[in-house]
Amino acid sequence: MTIELIAGAIKAILMIVAGLSLSLFLLYFERKGSALIQDRIGSNRATLTGLGKRMGMPNLGIINTTIADPVKMFTKEDFIPAGADKFLHTLAPFLSLFPVMITFVVIPFGDTILISGHRIGLEAANLNAGALYLLATIGLGVYGAALAGWSSNNRWALLGGIRATAQMISYELAMGLAIVSVIMTFGTLNLQEIVRGQGGVWFGFLPRWAIFTQPLAFVLLLVAGAAETKRIPFDLPESESELIQGFFIEYSGGKQAVFMLTDFAEQALVAMLLTTFFLGGWQIPWLMRDGFHLPGGAFLALPALAVSLMGVVAFLVKVVALCMFLGMVRWTLPRFRYDQLMRLGWKGLVPLGLFNVLVTAFVVVATGRVQ
Amino acid sequence: MPPFLYIFLGALAVVSALGVIIQRNPIHSLLALIATLMTVAILFIGEDAVVVGFLQIIVYAGAIMVLFLFVIWLLNLQVETGPTGHLALKLFGSLAAALLVTELFFILAPPHLQVKFTHEPVGYGSLASLAGTLFTDYLVAFEVTSVLLLAAVVGSVALARRLPGTDDPRAARKIAS
Repeated sequence: MTIELIAGAIKAILMIVAGLSLSLFLLYFERKGSALIQDRIGSNRATLTGLGKRMGMPNLGIINTTIADPVKMFTKEDFIPAGADKFLHTLAPFLSLFPVMITFVVIPFGDTILISGHRIGLEAANLNAGALYLLATIGLGVYGAALAGWSSNNRWALLGGIRATAQMISYELAMGLAIVSVIMTFGTLNLQEIVRGQGGVWFGFLPRWAIFTQPLAFVLLLVAGAAETKRIPFDLPESESELIQGFFIEYSGGKQAVFMLTDFAEQALVAMLLTTFFLGGWQIPWLMRDGFHLPGGAFLALPALAVSLMGVVAFLVKVVALCMFLGMVRWTLPRFRYDQLMRLGWKGLVPLGLFNVLVTAFVVVATGRVQ
Repeated sequence: MPPFLYIFLGALAVVSALGVIIQRNPIHSLLALIATLMTVAILFIGEDAVVVGFLQIIVYAGAIMVLFLFVIWLLNLQVETGPTGHLALKLFGSLAAALLVTELFFILAPPHLQVKFTHEPVGYGSLASLAGTLFTDYLVAFEVTSVLLLAAVVGSVALARRLPGTDDPRAARKIAS
């Protein structure tokens, strides 16, 4: 009992710390990666000792983004505009970060490990209604942006808040439909079970990942997820050229940093959702509990602990790769117009999602997997 | 769910429900209502009605309350200044409220109040049992409700539709009627 409790607490903290450090990595990748793509140099000034510069080493901007930027943000003046609703203005950034942080806990990041006779599942909370929990917490993310826009007493902020609310509500529907078809495929709401269901191979070589059975749902969740993060090409709530910075225009210092952190944490969350639902979570192709079963009959035995740890690493690799993909989309595409955004959501993604659910239902019934 | 947690959450729900009617600012009232819905949802989850609890958060806190937020924004509701109207109206209102509270007290006061704790079987609030009830015992009612909602959606779209070439939604309404 106690060891499970301690392990649960450690896993919950681990997951939140992992989410935060992934956000920090994404911040770095945002600065230097975008510079690389857009043929700029990017941040390359700050150093801790100046030693590397004197020795002629290139500055990679790591100090800039991981130390200098956050310290700058949190030491700036925390400004609340006149006429603003002080309480809600302060609450809003945390209201937008909190739902993302608590969503991390249901994501399975590995199989089980054996610690002194106790089998411990590598997910902070193994909920039977995990997928419902996800949808519930993601739905609550609306309020941070909405209240930030409203409480700032600024027209641009209010416009951004209204846009954010409408956009997130519209795309949540498509997101829910994409997740529903995966739930129907595996017949469970438990995320760990969904990942387990993606183990094994078809035809002797193709991993049983849901992306191969539900390619349409993968695209739907990718697009809807990108829209939920409110970033280019879906960054209408904060569009710099029209609304300056949209719903968090009146924020400075630490609270502004919390909004930016939320953006990156949401990006990491979307990558984790895509990995869990479609890319087999912690599954590695051809790796079973006892080792690699390569197509063609070759077999490589591995200890159970190594298999579990490799699963965790595989999960991280997939998440980081998807994060980078989402980042690259951001620096490549221009912004949608608002009517285009709404048309894509309601006339494109939602009907496609319903169609996908219908087809999935027929296939599930036809293959006789209904209890 | 341990009793102290149950009492704490119940008290929280009551306090935030009071906040809904005490707050002068409509947005603050809305937030208090969201807090009420969330605490009740947690109570549901704590009592093993997991699916109902999460659906309450998804549907009410996540969607319907956002609709309320839009209504408040678009109607531009201001902070209320206090009860308005004739003195006699206020007096009559207070009297009616006092009567209602007395009535409630007599209904809820012991010995009429019978609290029964029943132990439901494990998993009675699971998705499987909920779906089983919804799609076997109450299938007809469920499907009829969905048709009714569909009719409402089609009707509202028909009413709000703008004909090509006109900016007047009334032209479409004439055709619809």
